[in-house]
Amino acid sequence: MSVGVVMLVHTALHRAEQVIRHWSAAGCPVVIHVDKNVGRKTYDEFVASLSDLDDVIFSKRHRCEWGTWGIVAASQSASALMLKKFPAVRHVYLASGSCLPLRPIGDLKDYLAKRPRTDFIESATTADVPWTQGGLDFERFTLRFPFSWRKQRFLFDRYVELQRRLKMHRRLPDGIIPHMGSQWWCLTRQTLSAILEDPERSVYDTYFKRVWIPDESYFQTLVRLYSQNIESRSLTLSKFDYQGKPHIFYDDHLQLLRRSDCFVARKIWPHADQLYDHFLNEENPLKGAEPNPGKIDRIFSKAVERRTRGRAGLFMQSRLPRPGHENGFTSAPYSVFEGFTELFEDFEPWLARMTGTRVHGHLYATDRVHFEGNQTTFSGALCDNAKLRDHHAQLFLINLIWNTRGERQCFQFGPTDTQFASWDLAKDPNAQISVISGAWAIPLFQSNRNFSDIRANAAELQRIESEHISALRSSHAKARVRVWTLADFIETPMEALQTVLDEMGAKNLRRVTEAPKMADLTGFGQFLQNLKNQGMHPYLMGDFPADNAPAPARPTRRKPYLVR
Amino acid sequence: MGALTSYRLRLQRKRWHLRARRKSRELTSVIDRTDKIKPGDILVFSTFRNEDIRLPYFLKYYRDLGADHFIMIDNMSEDDGADFVANQPDVSLWRANGSYRRSRFGVDWLNHLQRKYADGHWTLVVDPDEFFVYPFCDTRPIRALTDWLDASDIRSFGAMLLDMYPKGRMDAVPYQRGQNPMEIATWFDSGNYTISKNHLYYNLWIQGGPRARMFFRDEPWRAPALNKTPLIKWDRRYAYVSSTHMVLPRGLNLVYDEWGGEKASGILLHAKFLDTFGEKAKEELSRNEHYANSHEYRAYAQGIADHPDLWCKWSEKYINWRQLEILGLMSKGNWA
Repeated sequence: MSVGVVMLVHTALHRAEQVIRHWSAAGCPVVIHVDKNVGRKTYDEFVASLSDLDDVIFSKRHRCEWGTWGIVAASQSASALMLKKFPAVRHVYLASGSCLPLRPIGDLKDYLAKRPRTDFIESATTADVPWTQGGLDFERFTLRFPFSWRKQRFLFDRYVELQRRLKMHRRLPDGIIPHMGSQWWCLTRQTLSAILEDPERSVYDTYFKRVWIPDESYFQTLVRLYSQNIESRSLTLSKFDYQGKPHIFYDDHLQLLRRSDCFVARKIWPHADQLYDHFLNEENPLKGAEPNPGKIDRIFSKAVERRTRGRAGLFMQSRLPRPGHENGFTSAPYSVFEGFTELFEDFEPWLARMTGTRVHGHLYATDRVHFEGNQTTFSGALCDNAKLRDHHAQLFLINLIWNTRGERQCFQFGPTDTQFASWDLAKDPNAQISVISGAWAIPLFQSNRNFSDIRANAAELQRIESEHISALRSSHAKARVRVWTLADFIETPMEALQTVLDEMGAKNLRRVTEAPKMADLTGFGQFLQNLKNQGMHPYLMGDFPADNAPAPARPTRRKPYLVR
Repeated sequence: MGALTSYRLRLQRKRWHLRARRKSRELTSVIDRTDKIKPGDILVFSTFRNEDIRLPYFLKYYRDLGADHFIMIDNMSEDDGADFVANQPDVSLWRANGSYRRSRFGVDWLNHLQRKYADGHWTLVVDPDEFFVYPFCDTRPIRALTDWLDASDIRSFGAMLLDMYPKGRMDAVPYQRGQNPMEIATWFDSGNYTISKNHLYYNLWIQGGPRARMFFRDEPWRAPALNKTPLIKWDRRYAYVSSTHMVLPRGLNLVYDEWGGEKASGILLHAKFLDTFGEKAKEELSRNEHYANSHEYRAYAQGIADHPDLWCKWSEKYINWRQLEILGLMSKGNWA
């Protein structure tokens, strides 16, 4: 009779009964505290149902509301009763009605017998560990909390605010250093009785009655005054989500719980029949191992992260981040090329060959979406219809990048396209944007149209592109942007291409040996001069000599020279 | 301004309640087993018309999830569906002798019955061709979800409508009574949905999927809404505004997170596109009892005549909820 269990019960009494019988059968006396909120009749039935067990007794009932003193009062009176009625008990284990022993009770007894002077209680100073949510950690001890957090949330918040503003403080009783931790502990008779029989107890009790969530701090703080040997961890596996509510275990956690080697887990869903059947009836073949809840930890911390940060680049029915809170506008890096298909005749297939990425045409073209290979639908069943795309141009991009996770996307963009996504591209840190400004003039130059039309069109395209470039250069832009004027670019096209490809970080990329075929620019300078002569000043392509085509009609193939 | 808007919406909610009461005169009880409803039971509400072929599987599906009682409204069916349903021990049935359109597509009838019977219960409002999928639905009954929602102080749970379709012509494989429709309509669109927010009611407006892709290319803004909030811990003060897309008070529509996180959400598998669909579309078109002058059905009828295959090579084949979770169509949130 080395371990006694103090059990706090408020719902699912039939499950509590099962577990109590389990503890009792293993020779552990149980003192039960039933929440006063439980009706008289239900309580009487519960007491009657356990009347056949001698070493199961009931303690004085308190009203327990979450975050209030009632739970501490309940633990106090039940533990006091335990120490008084069962003198052989060495360790007192505080559990709740939804706790479930995972290992044979014998294991727990042996474990505790080997550590007869150790108190297992999670107890961390508030100064060092950010324990809680909502900004109330140290303030739990210095403010007053007369209002219920659950039922009078508005008053609760306002009163906290008021106290902060007036810089109101409570004085801590002498000798107390606030500690917090899980409310489920296992203490030795020595420590527990020292806490309960302390001559100063009334002082402490008065103080802690006005502390917020005292069940996480009362024993955790006082134990520091008396214990000879604190092991600051809870023997009960209990995980909390980001709002401080316990995670619940279900039938599908069976294997995880089996492998966790923990002694007791909470909180178990009352209808998890498989868990109760398994752990209460079958011997769990675990011997001597230390508790190892690592895997469960990971699952639950991932769940919390999913709830608080979410998956980057995902917009869906239960995640619609406001601008600035996306935590990644898109899910993966991608490359945007502007002016390259105009300058090079076979740029898209060349790029696909060189980098092994997915290379689309102009996704935002006005006629339709030019997916790779002119497919009519693409990954995620995106449709090539321009109206559907423009119905929500932002989400089109986000969806495309999300749907193709794991494969880098490249696409063309330019002033002939719809510009709805222009700013989104500029602001997205995942975008790598390479621009040859003024390259839109090349198709005009090659076209067979009346010069007055060309002039009007050129003026429009130049306006659009210059707007787009100013977006790329604004202080809000977070994309990796590189802009060449057309004139600069054709000076050293291979070097420029090499830079872009290097930045894409394509794997196994050797030096670019094969060049895409550049459009024939003979007479292009004169074409620009003609535009100028008509009063339309094309400035985005840089300085082109008016007389003849610039030198590199064939791309320069510079060999790397090494000077030793 | 905020207070004024809230007050306006409050009045609007009262108006829906009044309207529901007025429209309740069209309802006659066929069989009332509501005395069997125990506190805490999970209720399913549904309106149907000529759905005899679908009802057996519908009931089985939700019974398996752990629904305790069904409250059904039969809108003048001409087949044996009503008789079948009336003979089920866990169903209460009403007959609605009125216009579907003028009861705002059944919402008024449902609002009335929910106000009367669903107060304090978790209620699921679904059509006979909608199948609710939530995280862990293969291992945990629906009560696990509602208990968790209760513990987390969440009152409403969102589930987007996901249109399922077969590969090939819709009428290629006939649907058998009692069969799982997802055996035929196995495919869905995984990533072509658009979302915008309604700033008055706070609900999202989700569009897309095969219907937008095939039938609403030229008028994408007319494509049907896919956002739904079918699972709510009902209170007699609540009222659905437009199908289950919107509900008042508007706080119930906040089933999404705006600060980067993901709330838990589910999916309604929408097995509408079976061989029965062509018939249905024609009938509904002639009755003119659907939304926006049956624009939707007109588009379908046209689309079906042109090209009945919704499948494309990027369609995704349905496996289970985990697949939908990974694709980002639904989320576990912080339920683990």
